[in-house]
Amino acid sequence: MPLQSKDLLTIEQLSVDEITLILDTADSMKEISTRDIKKVPTLRGKTIINLFYEPSTRTRTSFEIAGKRLSADVINISTSVSSVVKGETLKDTGKNLQAMNPDTVVIRHAAAGAAKILADSLSASIINAGDGAHEHPTQALLDVFTMRERKGTIAGLQVAIIGDLSHSRVARSNIHALNKLGAEVVVYGPPTMIPPRIEMMGVRVAQSIDDAIRSADVIMMLRIQLERQSQFLFPSLREYSTFFGLNGERLTHAKEDVLIMHPGPINRGVEISPEVADGPYALILEQVTNGVAVRMALLYLLIGK
Amino acid sequence: MLLIKNGRVIDPARAVDDDLDLLIDQGKIVELTRRNETHKREGVSQSIDAQGMIVVPGLIDMHVHLREPGHEYKETIKTGCQAAAWGGFTSIACMPNTTPSNDTHAVTDYILDKARGEGCVNVFPIGAITKGLQGESLAEMGELKNAGVVAVSDDGTTVSNSELMRRAMEYANNFDLLVICHCEDSLLVAHGVMNEGYTATRLGLKGIPSAAEEIVVARDILLAELTGCRIHIAHVSTAGSVRIIREAKSRGIKVTAETAPHYFSLSEEALESFNTNLKVNPPLRSVRDVEAIKEGLKDGTLDVIATDHAPHSSLEKEVEFDYASTGMVGLETALPLSLRLIQERLFTVPELVRKLTAHPAKILNIAKGTLAPGADADITIIDLSARKKVDVHQFKSKSRNSPFHGWELEGEARYVVVKGRVIKGPGGLAV
Repeated sequence: MPLQSKDLLTIEQLSVDEITLILDTADSMKEISTRDIKKVPTLRGKTIINLFYEPSTRTRTSFEIAGKRLSADVINISTSVSSVVKGETLKDTGKNLQAMNPDTVVIRHAAAGAAKILADSLSASIINAGDGAHEHPTQALLDVFTMRERKGTIAGLQVAIIGDLSHSRVARSNIHALNKLGAEVVVYGPPTMIPPRIEMMGVRVAQSIDDAIRSADVIMMLRIQLERQSQFLFPSLREYSTFFGLNGERLTHAKEDVLIMHPGPINRGVEISPEVADGPYALILEQVTNGVAVRMALLYLLIGK
Repeated sequence: MLLIKNGRVIDPARAVDDDLDLLIDQGKIVELTRRNETHKREGVSQSIDAQGMIVVPGLIDMHVHLREPGHEYKETIKTGCQAAAWGGFTSIACMPNTTPSNDTHAVTDYILDKARGEGCVNVFPIGAITKGLQGESLAEMGELKNAGVVAVSDDGTTVSNSELMRRAMEYANNFDLLVICHCEDSLLVAHGVMNEGYTATRLGLKGIPSAAEEIVVARDILLAELTGCRIHIAHVSTAGSVRIIREAKSRGIKVTAETAPHYFSLSEEALESFNTNLKVNPPLRSVRDVEAIKEGLKDGTLDVIATDHAPHSSLEKEVEFDYASTGMVGLETALPLSLRLIQERLFTVPELVRKLTAHPAKILNIAKGTLAPGADADITIIDLSARKKVDVHQFKSKSRNSPFHGWELEGEARYVVVKGRVIKGPGGLAV
């Protein structure tokens, strides 16, 4: 069974079967990255364009490596050197890229719905690598892949997502993915960063961080986006880390086999203390490793046949 | 002489709803007579058979953006008037947020001059409250009034300084100028792009709380009470605003209010498509708000249906949702969208027609909105059962930013008469 759409714009659009297909495919892709010669010819002759309107290290590199390990040609465009600085619209940029006949365009953009604009006007497969605070589907896929690898199954897990939910596309995509796969999702953060009616997305809003982590199998800490926070949302980083951060002391109240995840980049000492980030429960770097496998799987499923 | 025969004549201003023929001469309504008493009258050079249709005073839209001067690529006075005529409107009031803004009599003169030369419907300019709509100092309201503005407004933005708004109301009152309030606390909007709620949360779009509108509705009502000035609240979109206005009216404060067809036809869920034509200010609200708007229309809290016709080109709309301009065109869809309220049995035909004719005429204090003998012969003849699919490519407006494209709607203005001249008929626009 292939994927239904030519694009991956949201987790919301995916069925459980499609998510499972991507995860199962990633299982078999993961081994390639451990070989001495990390390359297979699967996507030879295919062209992938990384179109990044926002800074990114992990996601852009991950897509580039995923494409190259499958032998695709990968081109990176970042906005500082593109026509965007000359005022070209997203739609025009997309049409120009389409004129060069790529197979996939991976887009990251600060505005929600940006990937959909490309998907609606290009025949290439569009992969959303993050659109504003809307969705970041490949991050959620690699997160559930990592959880599944460690816990065997997602169904029945309790996952706490803690931090700035308002601005987090990672949180939204994970909420959709985890709900679809049968996990129970609890969220917590400063009330200024919990968007209205989020419970309607199928989550419980916890009363305190201890309430959120007490029975959690997985704790996912979200990054405080220092670069875009207004000073109205919380009084200081010090107070934030006191009431909303995860540290070793707090973790003693959590389950013994709890897993700690973070989409990165982490703010050490703010939402997560160094001893937790580097500690035995943390899967932060495993998430990065798995990101390559999941993106290889996705590229293969979208343009490999 | 022009004879309009066999129609059902509805003139809410005079509580007329009867099968009458209408005789028009030299731009004025001469008389209304029992059916068939006039058809043998000598001197009738032209007649319209309105069999099966309703004959109503020319519709009035008191909230239009004509974009000229300054943004002629979106709309001009000529094309805006054509769009109005096509939609059944014979009079429109145009907002001052042009470039330059209508904050001085020279701009008012320009608009009126253009409208006389190129406009096929009556154009009533609205002047600015503050110079350049900057919210910093009063515009020359006295001169604007002399030049012909029918009201003042900083529509598109709120006069955020409460003292300045108070003084504006005091000053406008001296010239018997209506103050039209755009109610939006811009600091509370804080770059929001749609209504705050579940849909915004899911889409990751920044929400605008209802309170951002209601705070300023309440403020302006309190200032109207303080100053005794007559105010009109533009584009009411929330249940809370309806409640606040209802309470103010019950206390005898001189406040009137309008809403736009999109606020009773659409709710926030539609934005799931990220269609930028749905981005409007104030934003489309919740289903609960839509119901409250309908109740407000029904019980008279909301006096007027006005379009807030806001043309934008693809330059402003074919971009990311966050970056798109707000507003939608409305002149060519307002009538059939409003008629849905009759189909839903919320209104009788005369009740609805009143909100598009007599009420805006009274609020703007213009001699329009009635079919009384001696009145200007501005008449709209509506076929209530005509079914039509909205096609933005057929619009007379220069702009296409309507979210109603493809909607199947009922009711159409078949004939439009302005000052005795038939400007819309079966042959299209005669301008």
